[in-house]
Amino acid sequence: MIVAVWAPLLLPLLAVPAARLLAGWLPPRTAAWMLAGTAVLLAGAATASLGLLATAGLLRLPAVAALGHLSLPWLDRISPSAGPLAAAAALALGSVAALLLRSATRHRRELSSARDLAHSASGTPDGLAVLPDDRADAYALPGRPGRIVVTAGMLRALGTEERCALLAHERAHLGARHHLFLAAAEYAAAAHPALRLLRAPLSYHLERWADEAAAAAVGSRAVTARAVARAALAAAAPRPAPGHRPGLAPAAHTGPVPRRVAALLSPGPAQPSGRRTVVALLLTACLCTSAGTALDATSDLHQTVESAQSAGAAPAHSR
Amino acid sequence: MPELPVPRRPSGELEAEVLAALWAAGRPLTPQDVQQAVTGDLARTTVATILGRLHEKGTVLRTRVGRAYAYTPAVQDTAGLAARRMRTELDREPDRSTVLARFVSDLSADDERLLRELLADPAGEETA
Repeated sequence: MIVAVWAPLLLPLLAVPAARLLAGWLPPRTAAWMLAGTAVLLAGAATASLGLLATAGLLRLPAVAALGHLSLPWLDRISPSAGPLAAAAALALGSVAALLLRSATRHRRELSSARDLAHSASGTPDGLAVLPDDRADAYALPGRPGRIVVTAGMLRALGTEERCALLAHERAHLGARHHLFLAAAEYAAAAHPALRLLRAPLSYHLERWADEAAAAAVGSRAVTARAVARAALAAAAPRPAPGHRPGLAPAAHTGPVPRRVAALLSPGPAQPSGRRTVVALLLTACLCTSAGTALDATSDLHQTVESAQSAGAAPAHSR
Repeated sequence: MPELPVPRRPSGELEAEVLAALWAAGRPLTPQDVQQAVTGDLARTTVATILGRLHEKGTVLRTRVGRAYAYTPAVQDTAGLAARRMRTELDREPDRSTVLARFVSDLSADDERLLRELLADPAGEETA
Protein backbone atom coordinates (compact mmCIF):
# COMPACT_ATOMS: atom_id res chain seq x y z
CA MET A 1 0.00 0.00 0.00
CA ILE A 2 1.38 3.38 -0.90
CA VAL A 3 1.80 6.29 1.53
CA ALA A 4 -1.00 8.24 -0.17
CA VAL A 5 -3.55 6.27 1.82
CA TRP A 6 -2.40 7.94 5.04
CA ALA A 7 -2.84 11.53 3.87
CA PRO A 8 -6.66 11.67 4.26
CA LEU A 9 -6.31 10.37 7.82
CA LEU A 10 -3.67 12.94 8.82
CA LEU A 11 -4.75 16.02 6.86
CA PRO A 12 -7.83 16.79 9.01
CA LEU A 13 -5.38 17.67 11.81
CA LEU A 14 -4.19 20.58 9.66
CA ALA A 15 -7.35 21.35 7.68
CA VAL A 16 -9.70 21.61 10.67
CA PRO A 17 -7.77 24.38 12.49
CA ALA A 18 -7.38 26.18 9.15
CA ALA A 19 -11.12 25.99 8.48
CA ARG A 20 -11.94 27.24 11.98
CA LEU A 21 -9.57 30.17 11.57
CA LEU A 22 -10.88 31.02 8.10
CA ALA A 23 -14.54 30.86 9.20
CA GLY A 24 -13.98 33.76 11.60
CA TRP A 25 -12.95 35.98 8.70
CA LEU A 26 -15.81 35.11 6.36
CA PRO A 27 -19.42 36.31 6.16
CA PRO A 28 -21.75 33.85 7.96
CA ARG A 29 -23.28 32.25 4.85
CA THR A 30 -19.90 31.64 3.18
CA ALA A 31 -18.43 30.39 6.44
CA ALA A 32 -21.27 27.90 6.94
CA TRP A 33 -20.91 26.49 3.42
CA MET A 34 -17.13 26.30 3.78
CA LEU A 35 -17.29 24.49 7.14
CA ALA A 36 -19.95 22.01 6.04
CA GLY A 37 -18.16 21.34 2.74
CA THR A 38 -14.83 20.83 4.50
CA ALA A 39 -16.40 18.40 6.98
CA VAL A 40 -18.09 16.31 4.28
CA LEU A 41 -15.06 16.16 1.99
CA LEU A 42 -12.58 15.27 4.72
CA ALA A 43 -14.97 12.67 6.16
CA GLY A 44 -15.42 11.08 2.74
CA ALA A 45 -11.68 10.89 2.07
CA ALA A 46 -10.91 9.53 5.57
CA THR A 47 -13.56 6.83 5.27
CA ALA A 48 -12.28 5.89 1.81
CA SER A 49 -8.76 5.52 3.23
CA LEU A 50 -9.93 3.23 6.01
CA GLY A 51 -11.88 1.24 3.45
CA LEU A 52 -8.82 0.86 1.22
CA LEU A 53 -6.60 -0.25 4.12
CA ALA A 54 -9.18 -2.80 5.19
CA THR A 55 -9.67 -4.08 1.64
CA ALA A 56 -5.93 -4.49 1.16
CA GLY A 57 -5.94 -6.82 4.17
CA LEU A 58 -9.04 -8.62 2.99
CA LEU A 59 -7.11 -9.76 -0.11
CA ARG A 60 -4.76 -11.73 2.21
CA LEU A 61 -7.53 -14.00 3.38
CA PRO A 62 -6.90 -17.30 1.55
CA ALA A 63 -10.56 -17.59 0.55
CA VAL A 64 -10.64 -14.11 -0.96
CA ALA A 65 -7.29 -14.60 -2.66
CA ALA A 66 -8.46 -17.87 -4.16
CA LEU A 67 -11.71 -16.32 -5.34
CA GLY A 68 -9.82 -13.47 -7.06
CA HIS A 69 -7.01 -15.75 -8.35
CA LEU A 70 -4.44 -13.64 -6.45
CA SER A 71 -0.90 -14.71 -5.63
CA LEU A 72 -0.57 -14.64 -1.84
CA PRO A 73 3.27 -14.88 -1.82
CA TRP A 74 3.43 -11.93 -4.19
CA LEU A 75 1.09 -9.89 -1.96
CA ASP A 76 3.12 -10.73 1.17
CA ARG A 77 6.31 -9.68 -0.54
CA ILE A 78 4.91 -6.34 -1.83
CA SER A 79 3.51 -5.19 1.55
CA PRO A 80 4.29 -7.43 4.52
CA SER A 81 2.51 -5.28 7.15
CA ALA A 82 -0.88 -5.09 5.43
CA GLY A 83 -2.52 -7.69 7.68
CA PRO A 84 -2.31 -5.95 11.11
CA LEU A 85 -2.95 -2.57 9.48
CA ALA A 86 -6.08 -3.88 7.86
CA ALA A 87 -7.32 -5.26 11.14
CA ALA A 88 -6.87 -1.83 12.75
CA ALA A 89 -8.58 -0.13 9.80
CA ALA A 90 -11.48 -2.57 9.97
CA LEU A 91 -11.86 -1.83 13.69
CA ALA A 92 -11.87 1.89 12.95
CA LEU A 93 -14.46 1.43 10.19
CA GLY A 94 -16.59 -0.55 12.62
CA SER A 95 -16.49 2.27 15.16
CA VAL A 96 -17.33 4.81 12.42
CA ALA A 97 -20.36 2.73 11.50
CA ALA A 98 -21.39 2.43 15.15
CA LEU A 99 -21.09 6.19 15.67
CA LEU A 100 -23.11 6.87 12.51
CA LEU A 101 -25.82 4.50 13.67
CA ARG A 102 -25.90 6.11 17.12
CA SER A 103 -26.15 9.62 15.64
CA ALA A 104 -28.91 8.56 13.25
CA THR A 105 -30.91 6.88 16.02
CA ARG A 106 -30.56 9.90 18.25
CA HIS A 107 -31.59 12.27 15.45
CA ARG A 108 -34.67 10.25 14.69
CA ARG A 109 -35.65 9.99 18.33
CA GLU A 110 -35.16 13.70 19.03
CA LEU A 111 -36.95 14.79 15.87
CA SER A 112 -39.90 12.52 16.41
CA SER A 113 -40.41 13.60 20.02
CA ALA A 114 -40.07 17.25 18.95
CA ARG A 115 -42.66 16.63 16.20
CA ASP A 116 -45.07 14.96 18.63
CA LEU A 117 -44.65 17.91 20.92
CA ALA A 118 -45.27 20.50 18.18
CA HIS A 119 -48.26 18.47 17.03
CA SER A 120 -49.85 18.53 20.46
CA ALA A 121 -49.22 22.27 20.87
CA SER A 122 -51.56 24.98 19.73
CA GLY A 123 -50.53 27.02 16.75
CA THR A 124 -51.00 27.79 13.10
CA PRO A 125 -50.72 24.62 11.03
CA ASP A 126 -48.27 26.12 8.55
CA GLY A 127 -45.81 27.95 10.70
CA LEU A 128 -45.90 28.42 14.43
CA ALA A 129 -46.37 26.07 17.37
CA VAL A 130 -46.55 27.62 20.83
CA LEU A 131 -45.79 25.46 23.85
CA PRO A 132 -47.49 26.48 27.10
CA ASP A 133 -44.20 26.38 28.99
CA ASP A 134 -42.91 29.16 31.23
CA ARG A 135 -39.26 28.48 30.43
CA ALA A 136 -37.98 30.38 27.42
CA ASP A 137 -37.01 28.30 24.40
CA ALA A 138 -37.32 28.52 20.61
CA TYR A 139 -36.17 26.39 17.72
CA ALA A 140 -36.80 25.60 14.09
CA LEU A 141 -38.32 22.17 13.55
CA PRO A 142 -37.43 20.84 10.09
CA GLY A 143 -40.05 18.96 8.10
CA ARG A 144 -42.61 19.43 5.37
CA PRO A 145 -43.63 22.05 6.17
CA GLY A 146 -41.09 23.13 8.76
CA ARG A 147 -42.46 24.79 11.87
CA ILE A 148 -41.24 27.33 14.37
CA VAL A 149 -41.59 26.04 17.92
CA VAL A 150 -41.54 28.62 20.67
CA THR A 151 -42.59 28.61 24.30
CA ALA A 152 -45.02 31.05 25.88
CA GLY A 153 -42.21 32.04 28.26
CA MET A 154 -40.05 33.11 25.32
CA LEU A 155 -42.85 35.16 23.73
CA ARG A 156 -43.55 36.95 27.01
CA ALA A 157 -39.85 37.81 27.45
CA LEU A 158 -39.69 39.76 24.16
CA GLY A 159 -41.17 43.03 22.94
CA THR A 160 -43.29 43.34 19.80
CA GLU A 161 -40.42 44.03 17.40
CA GLU A 162 -38.17 41.48 19.08
CA ARG A 163 -40.82 38.77 18.64
CA CYS A 164 -40.85 39.65 14.98
CA ALA A 165 -37.05 39.29 14.83
CA LEU A 166 -37.24 35.90 16.56
CA LEU A 167 -39.81 34.62 14.06
CA ALA A 168 -37.76 35.96 11.13
CA HIS A 169 -34.64 34.27 12.54
CA GLU A 170 -36.35 30.88 12.76
CA ARG A 171 -37.92 31.32 9.31
CA ALA A 172 -34.41 31.90 7.93
CA HIS A 173 -33.27 28.58 9.48
CA LEU A 174 -36.16 26.74 7.86
CA GLY A 175 -35.94 28.54 4.52
CA ALA A 176 -32.21 27.88 4.06
CA ARG A 177 -32.59 24.30 5.39
CA HIS A 178 -29.92 24.78 8.04
CA HIS A 179 -30.76 21.43 9.63
CA LEU A 180 -29.08 19.73 6.65
CA PHE A 181 -25.83 21.59 7.43
CA LEU A 182 -26.03 20.51 11.06
CA ALA A 183 -26.74 16.90 10.11
CA ALA A 184 -23.88 16.84 7.58
CA ALA A 185 -21.40 18.04 10.20
CA GLU A 186 -22.75 15.63 12.81
CA TYR A 187 -22.41 12.60 10.52
CA ALA A 188 -19.02 13.74 9.22
CA ALA A 189 -17.74 13.90 12.81
CA ALA A 190 -18.25 10.13 13.04
CA ALA A 191 -15.56 9.56 10.39
CA HIS A 192 -12.67 11.38 12.07
CA PRO A 193 -12.37 12.72 15.63
CA ALA A 194 -10.81 16.00 14.47
CA LEU A 195 -13.97 16.81 12.51
CA ARG A 196 -15.91 17.16 15.78
CA LEU A 197 -14.23 20.53 16.18
CA LEU A 198 -16.11 21.84 13.13
CA ARG A 199 -19.56 21.44 14.71
CA ALA A 200 -19.47 24.37 17.14
CA PRO A 201 -18.23 26.96 14.61
CA LEU A 202 -20.75 25.70 12.04
CA SER A 203 -23.64 26.05 14.44
CA TYR A 204 -22.40 29.54 15.40
CA HIS A 205 -22.25 30.67 11.78
CA LEU A 206 -25.69 29.25 11.03
CA GLU A 207 -27.05 31.33 13.91
CA ARG A 208 -25.20 34.39 12.58
CA TRP A 209 -26.64 33.73 9.11
CA ALA A 210 -30.18 33.62 10.55
CA ASP A 211 -29.46 36.70 12.70
CA GLU A 212 -28.44 38.67 9.60
CA ALA A 213 -31.57 37.49 7.75
CA ALA A 214 -33.71 38.56 10.73
CA ALA A 215 -32.01 41.97 10.90
CA ALA A 216 -32.77 42.48 7.21
CA ALA A 217 -36.39 41.35 7.66
CA VAL A 218 -37.19 43.63 10.61
CA GLY A 219 -34.95 46.39 9.24
CA SER A 220 -32.93 46.83 12.41
CA ARG A 221 -29.72 45.26 13.66
CA ALA A 222 -30.24 46.78 17.12
CA VAL A 223 -33.70 45.20 17.52
CA THR A 224 -32.34 41.81 16.43
CA ALA A 225 -29.39 42.12 18.82
CA ARG A 226 -31.76 42.97 21.66
CA ALA A 227 -33.98 40.02 20.79
CA VAL A 228 -31.04 37.60 20.93
CA ALA A 229 -29.72 39.05 24.20
CA ARG A 230 -33.11 39.12 25.94
CA ALA A 231 -33.98 35.63 24.75
CA ALA A 232 -30.67 34.24 26.01
CA LEU A 233 -31.09 35.87 29.42
CA ALA A 234 -34.66 34.60 29.68
CA ALA A 235 -33.54 31.09 28.69
CA ALA A 236 -30.55 31.03 31.04
CA ALA A 237 -31.19 28.68 33.90
CA PRO A 238 -31.28 30.53 37.21
CA ARG A 239 -27.92 29.99 38.84
CA PRO A 240 -26.50 30.78 42.27
CA ALA A 241 -24.54 34.02 42.44
CA PRO A 242 -21.08 33.33 40.98
CA GLY A 243 -18.52 33.46 43.74
CA HIS A 244 -15.26 32.97 41.87
CA ARG A 245 -15.86 34.91 38.69
CA PRO A 246 -12.75 36.45 37.16
CA GLY A 247 -12.56 40.22 37.08
CA LEU A 248 -12.28 40.53 33.33
CA ALA A 249 -13.64 37.95 30.91
CA PRO A 250 -11.06 37.10 28.26
CA ALA A 251 -12.46 37.29 24.73
CA ALA A 252 -11.67 33.64 24.10
CA HIS A 253 -14.04 32.59 26.86
CA THR A 254 -16.90 34.64 25.50
CA GLY A 255 -19.74 32.33 24.50
CA PRO A 256 -21.52 32.33 21.16
CA VAL A 257 -24.50 34.47 22.23
CA PRO A 258 -22.54 37.60 23.29
CA ARG A 259 -20.46 37.26 20.13
CA ARG A 260 -23.64 37.21 18.02
CA VAL A 261 -24.98 40.28 19.81
CA ALA A 262 -21.68 42.11 19.38
CA ALA A 263 -21.54 41.18 15.68
CA LEU A 264 -25.02 42.65 15.16
CA LEU A 265 -24.23 45.83 17.06
CA SER A 266 -20.83 46.56 15.53
CA PRO A 267 -20.69 44.91 12.11
CA GLY A 268 -17.75 44.78 9.78
CA PRO A 269 -14.47 44.60 11.71
CA ALA A 270 -11.40 45.03 9.53
CA GLN A 271 -10.79 41.84 7.55
CA PRO A 272 -7.17 40.67 7.56
CA SER A 273 -7.37 39.95 3.84
CA GLY A 274 -3.71 38.92 3.43
CA ARG A 275 -3.80 36.26 6.13
CA ARG A 276 -7.25 35.22 4.96
CA THR A 277 -5.91 34.43 1.49
CA VAL A 278 -3.02 32.42 2.91
CA VAL A 279 -5.27 30.32 5.15
CA ALA A 280 -7.83 29.86 2.35
CA LEU A 281 -5.06 28.57 0.05
CA LEU A 282 -3.76 26.27 2.76
CA LEU A 283 -7.23 24.84 3.33
CA THR A 284 -7.82 24.40 -0.40
CA ALA A 285 -4.49 22.58 -0.70
CA CYS A 286 -5.45 20.28 2.19
CA LEU A 287 -8.83 19.47 0.65
CA CYS A 288 -7.41 18.85 -2.82
CA THR A 289 -4.63 16.66 -1.41
CA SER A 290 -7.14 14.74 0.71
CA ALA A 291 -9.41 13.99 -2.25
CA GLY A 292 -6.50 13.44 -4.62
CA THR A 293 -4.64 10.99 -2.40
CA ALA A 294 -7.82 9.03 -1.71
CA LEU A 295 -8.33 8.63 -5.46
CA ASP A 296 -4.65 7.85 -5.95
CA ALA A 297 -4.73 5.16 -3.27
CA THR A 298 -7.86 3.67 -4.86
CA SER A 299 -6.20 3.30 -8.26
CA ASP A 300 -3.09 1.93 -6.53
CA LEU A 301 -5.15 -0.78 -4.84
CA HIS A 302 -6.75 -1.57 -8.18
CA GLN A 303 -3.30 -1.98 -9.74
CA THR A 304 -2.16 -4.14 -6.84
CA VAL A 305 -5.09 -6.48 -7.43
CA GLU A 306 -4.32 -6.74 -11.13
CA SER A 307 -0.60 -7.39 -10.51
CA ALA A 308 -1.40 -10.03 -7.90
CA GLN A 309 -3.73 -11.68 -10.39
CA SER A 310 -1.08 -11.84 -13.12
CA ALA A 311 1.48 -13.04 -10.53
CA GLY A 312 -1.00 -15.74 -9.52
CA ALA A 313 -1.54 -16.72 -13.16
CA ALA A 314 2.14 -16.61 -14.22
CA PRO A 315 3.43 -19.77 -12.41
CA ALA A 316 0.64 -21.84 -13.95
CA HIS A 317 1.76 -20.81 -17.44
CA SER A 318 5.46 -21.34 -16.76
CA ARG A 319 4.92 -24.88 -15.51
CA MET B 1 -53.28 57.33 -4.74
CA PRO B 2 -49.51 56.67 -4.61
CA GLU B 3 -48.51 54.50 -1.66
CA LEU B 4 -45.18 53.58 -0.19
CA PRO B 5 -44.17 50.13 -1.39
CA VAL B 6 -44.82 48.13 1.78
CA PRO B 7 -43.42 44.61 1.34
CA ARG B 8 -46.43 42.28 1.43
CA ARG B 9 -45.97 39.51 3.93
CA PRO B 10 -47.44 36.07 3.36
CA SER B 11 -50.57 35.36 5.41
CA GLY B 12 -48.81 32.55 7.30
CA GLU B 13 -46.30 35.06 8.67
CA LEU B 14 -49.05 37.44 9.77
CA GLU B 15 -50.99 34.65 11.46
CA ALA B 16 -47.85 33.61 13.31
CA GLU B 17 -47.19 37.15 14.46
CA VAL B 18 -50.75 37.68 15.65
CA LEU B 19 -50.75 34.38 17.54
CA ALA B 20 -47.37 35.23 19.11
CA ALA B 21 -48.78 38.57 20.26
CA LEU B 22 -51.79 36.86 21.87
CA TRP B 23 -49.53 34.45 23.76
CA ALA B 24 -47.18 37.22 24.85
CA ALA B 25 -50.04 39.34 26.21
CA GLY B 26 -51.28 36.74 28.68
CA ARG B 27 -54.76 38.35 28.69
CA PRO B 28 -57.61 38.55 26.15
CA LEU B 29 -56.90 41.06 23.37
CA THR B 30 -59.37 42.91 21.16
CA PRO B 31 -58.50 43.39 17.47
CA GLN B 32 -57.50 46.93 18.40
CA ASP B 33 -55.06 45.65 21.06
CA VAL B 34 -53.63 43.15 18.59
CA GLN B 35 -53.14 45.88 16.01
CA GLN B 36 -50.89 47.69 18.48
CA ALA B 37 -49.04 44.53 19.46
CA VAL B 38 -47.82 43.60 15.98
CA THR B 39 -45.24 45.36 13.85
CA GLY B 40 -46.05 47.21 10.67
CA ASP B 41 -49.22 49.06 9.81
CA LEU B 42 -51.82 46.36 9.58
CA ALA B 43 -55.33 47.58 8.86
CA ARG B 44 -57.94 46.83 11.54
CA THR B 45 -59.84 44.77 9.00
CA THR B 46 -56.74 42.70 8.22
CA VAL B 47 -56.24 41.97 11.91
CA ALA B 48 -59.92 41.07 12.28
CA THR B 49 -59.70 38.74 9.27
CA ILE B 50 -56.63 36.98 10.66
CA LEU B 51 -58.24 36.59 14.08
CA GLY B 52 -61.38 35.23 12.43
CA ARG B 53 -59.34 32.69 10.50
CA LEU B 54 -57.44 31.58 13.64
CA HIS B 55 -60.74 31.26 15.48
CA GLU B 56 -62.20 29.07 12.70
CA LYS B 57 -59.20 26.75 12.97
CA GLY B 58 -59.68 26.51 16.73
CA THR B 59 -56.29 28.11 17.42
CA VAL B 60 -57.79 30.96 19.42
CA LEU B 61 -60.89 31.33 21.59
CA ARG B 62 -63.04 34.44 21.70
CA THR B 63 -65.33 36.02 24.25
CA ARG B 64 -67.62 38.95 23.77
CA VAL B 65 -66.45 42.08 25.58
CA GLY B 66 -68.97 44.87 25.13
CA ARG B 67 -69.47 45.26 21.39
CA ALA B 68 -66.16 43.64 20.33
CA TYR B 69 -64.66 40.19 20.67
CA ALA B 70 -61.58 39.55 22.78
CA TYR B 71 -59.24 36.71 21.80
CA THR B 72 -57.06 34.30 23.78
CA PRO B 73 -54.92 31.40 22.52
CA ALA B 74 -56.50 27.97 22.92
CA VAL B 75 -54.36 25.76 25.15
CA GLN B 76 -54.41 22.01 24.73
CA ASP B 77 -54.38 20.30 28.11
CA THR B 78 -51.85 17.72 27.00
CA ALA B 79 -49.38 20.21 25.52
CA GLY B 80 -48.02 21.50 28.83
CA LEU B 81 -47.42 17.98 30.04
CA ALA B 82 -45.76 16.96 26.77
CA ALA B 83 -43.54 20.05 26.88
CA ARG B 84 -42.27 19.17 30.34
CA ARG B 85 -41.71 15.55 29.39
CA MET B 86 -39.69 16.45 26.31
CA ARG B 87 -37.69 18.99 28.23
CA THR B 88 -36.53 16.42 30.75
CA GLU B 89 -35.74 14.11 27.87
CA LEU B 90 -33.67 16.75 26.07
CA ASP B 91 -31.95 17.85 29.29
CA ARG B 92 -30.61 14.33 29.64
CA GLU B 93 -28.78 14.56 26.31
CA PRO B 94 -25.18 15.68 26.90
CA ASP B 95 -25.13 18.12 23.99
CA ARG B 96 -28.62 18.77 22.89
CA SER B 97 -28.32 21.20 20.01
CA THR B 98 -27.40 18.64 17.39
CA VAL B 99 -30.63 18.40 15.40
CA LEU B 100 -32.60 21.48 16.28
CA ALA B 101 -31.20 24.91 15.55
CA ARG B 102 -31.98 26.63 18.85
CA PHE B 103 -32.41 30.38 19.02
CA VAL B 104 -30.07 30.72 21.99
CA SER B 105 -27.57 28.43 23.62
CA ASP B 106 -26.52 28.22 27.24
CA LEU B 107 -24.76 31.15 28.89
CA SER B 108 -21.82 31.20 31.22
CA ALA B 109 -21.90 33.58 34.18
CA ASP B 110 -19.60 35.93 32.25
CA ASP B 111 -21.81 35.78 29.16
CA GLU B 112 -24.76 36.72 31.31
CA ARG B 113 -22.99 39.75 32.76
CA LEU B 114 -21.81 40.80 29.29
CA LEU B 115 -25.33 40.59 27.86
CA ARG B 116 -26.80 42.62 30.70
CA GLU B 117 -24.20 45.30 29.99
CA LEU B 118 -24.96 45.23 26.26
CA LEU B 119 -28.71 45.51 26.92
CA ALA B 120 -28.24 48.38 29.35
CA ASP B 121 -26.24 50.25 26.73
CA PRO B 122 -28.14 50.10 23.43
CA ALA B 123 -25.35 51.91 21.58
CA GLY B 124 -23.28 48.79 22.14
CA GLU B 125 -19.85 49.47 23.49
CA GLU B 126 -16.96 47.36 22.33
CA THR B 127 -17.29 44.98 25.24
CA ALA B 128 -16.79 41.71 23.41
